[in-house]
Amino acid sequence: MYELLKDIFGNDIIAYIIGAALPLFVFILPFALFAVYLERKISAFMQDRLGPMRTGPYGLLQTIADILKLIQKEDITASETDKKFFNLAPYLVFAGSYAAFAAIPFSGMYIGSNVDVGIFFIVAISSLVVAGLLMAGWASNNKYSLLGAMRSAAQIISYEIPTVLIILTIVMVTGTLSLEKISQMQTAYFWNWMIFGGAGWGLTKFLLFPFMVVAFIIFYISSLAEVNRTPFDIPEAESELVAGYHTEYSGMKFAMFFLSEYANMFAVSAIAVTLFLGGYQSPFGYLGNTLGISWLIPIEQLFWFTSKGIFFVTIQMWLRWTLPRLRVDQLMAVCWKYLIPYAFVNLIIVGIITLL
Amino acid sequence: MKQYFKNTWEGLYTVFVGMIITFKHLFVPSVTIQYPSVKVPLPERVRNRLYVNMDDCIGCDQCARACPVNCITIETVKSLPEEDLGKTSNGKKKALWVTKFDIDIAKCCYCQLCVFPCPTECIYMTDVYEFAEFERNNLIFNFATLTADEAEEKIINYEKMMAEKEAQKAAAAKAKAEAAAKTKKEDNSTEKNNGKEKDSE
Ligand code: SF4
Ligand code: SF4
Repeated sequence: MYELLKDIFGNDIIAYIIGAALPLFVFILPFALFAVYLERKISAFMQDRLGPMRTGPYGLLQTIADILKLIQKEDITASETDKKFFNLAPYLVFAGSYAAFAAIPFSGMYIGSNVDVGIFFIVAISSLVVAGLLMAGWASNNKYSLLGAMRSAAQIISYEIPTVLIILTIVMVTGTLSLEKISQMQTAYFWNWMIFGGAGWGLTKFLLFPFMVVAFIIFYISSLAEVNRTPFDIPEAESELVAGYHTEYSGMKFAMFFLSEYANMFAVSAIAVTLFLGGYQSPFGYLGNTLGISWLIPIEQLFWFTSKGIFFVTIQMWLRWTLPRLRVDQLMAVCWKYLIPYAFVNLIIVGIITLL
Repeated sequence: MKQYFKNTWEGLYTVFVGMIITFKHLFVPSVTIQYPSVKVPLPERVRNRLYVNMDDCIGCDQCARACPVNCITIETVKSLPEEDLGKTSNGKKKALWVTKFDIDIAKCCYCQLCVFPCPTECIYMTDVYEFAEFERNNLIFNFATLTADEAEEKIINYEKMMAEKEAQKAAAAKAKAEAAAKTKKEDNSTEKNNGKEKDSE
């Protein structure tokens, strides 16, 4: 990727800057626009409503109009806030969620940074989001913001444990931290995906299968909590906390939080897809292989990756409009009493199976 | 321990049930109506903005008296005997010029009490309900068909007629008195009266 950009621009730095900005403008912004529209439509249809209908055919231009509105809005900074941190927080949150995209393999050809510790990098860098949220809540000098930020921090930190335990399970089976390698292992057909026990036809595959399903469910639930989506959206809890940590934000800074929320949604879905569902691999071979057109393969991979990701984003939305919000104690109970023990037992069993 | 697994199972199972329900609702037709372009059909006897068909109104003021909030203001003048105002559609003869017929819809409570007493059924409810205004005054609807000038003219006409009648009456009274007093000079007094009448014309 960088070689290509370097050839075009003839300069290292420009190539890197463009390469870094590419997923933002090519992927995250259009995805956020689309996802907001999708979410509004899904929620509307689930509630027997129509959703946005006026702006453009079937309201297709609604989110673009919203963004235009947000850009025009006055950027209010309340007088009692801690200006420096207040202004820094949204960028930190966004940086945290955007950085995760660096290690996500979109296709065999495109991966921001093919580091060997990809998944570890993502886990580590997304903790930056917690710092940003706490900063936003604290600097807002508003009790609701602070409450939201505290809850958010508590939630993200506790749900990081089952997430990491599950990631550990996968790493034990695959023997690598690199997302690219994990994706490559699950190539060819869908029965090679991790959720079906990974590649190869041994006894282990069939033994692993049920535990992988459990692992996937635990991972999905805890990743849902990590991005503060309903039913785990107590940090934002509109009905209790106004809007949680972004109560005091308006205009573009609010849009940054919003953008990072949707970027996060895709990021966790992408990680779930990469770890369990073959990443960018097609479930039944490539058209490019059959036709002998090699340049088609990366495009197909990109297609499969985004469609799998968007599928799980849709399920997140589906869950959001199905379930009510959990209480704080229930939230903690789900994590510490259920997810973590299950994840541990799962980890041990999978460990024993892989030893066989 | 049993309870623990039961809880786990129930947690997952109930989520699943809920998801099936919401999924089914994806395909339920929406209940939303795209209001300004699509409207709900109104029931037959809706009560909305009033309308007065002034061709039929005889200016009897009954609607104004029936109104509990006094939002109808009617002013009328009698027509001259030689003026023909025509008849209403149900055959009543019109005898009054309606110089003012204002309904203050802002006050109206849509009770429809004004509709029933009308002898010619010319005040009635329409199905118009989109008449929001920025100024309260704009909600006073004028139904009178006469222009301000015409109304003025009618009033002046009527006053003139009344004045004439007064004059006639006065003259008649005077004549009577004179006749009683001076029965001899009957001819003279009638001539004088004639002259007076010419002046006023
Ligand atoms: S509907 Fe009722 S309130 Fe309105 S004008 Fe008629 S009598 Fe008055
Ligand atoms: S009751 Fe009917 S006829 Fe009489 S003044 Fe009212 S509208 Fe006119």
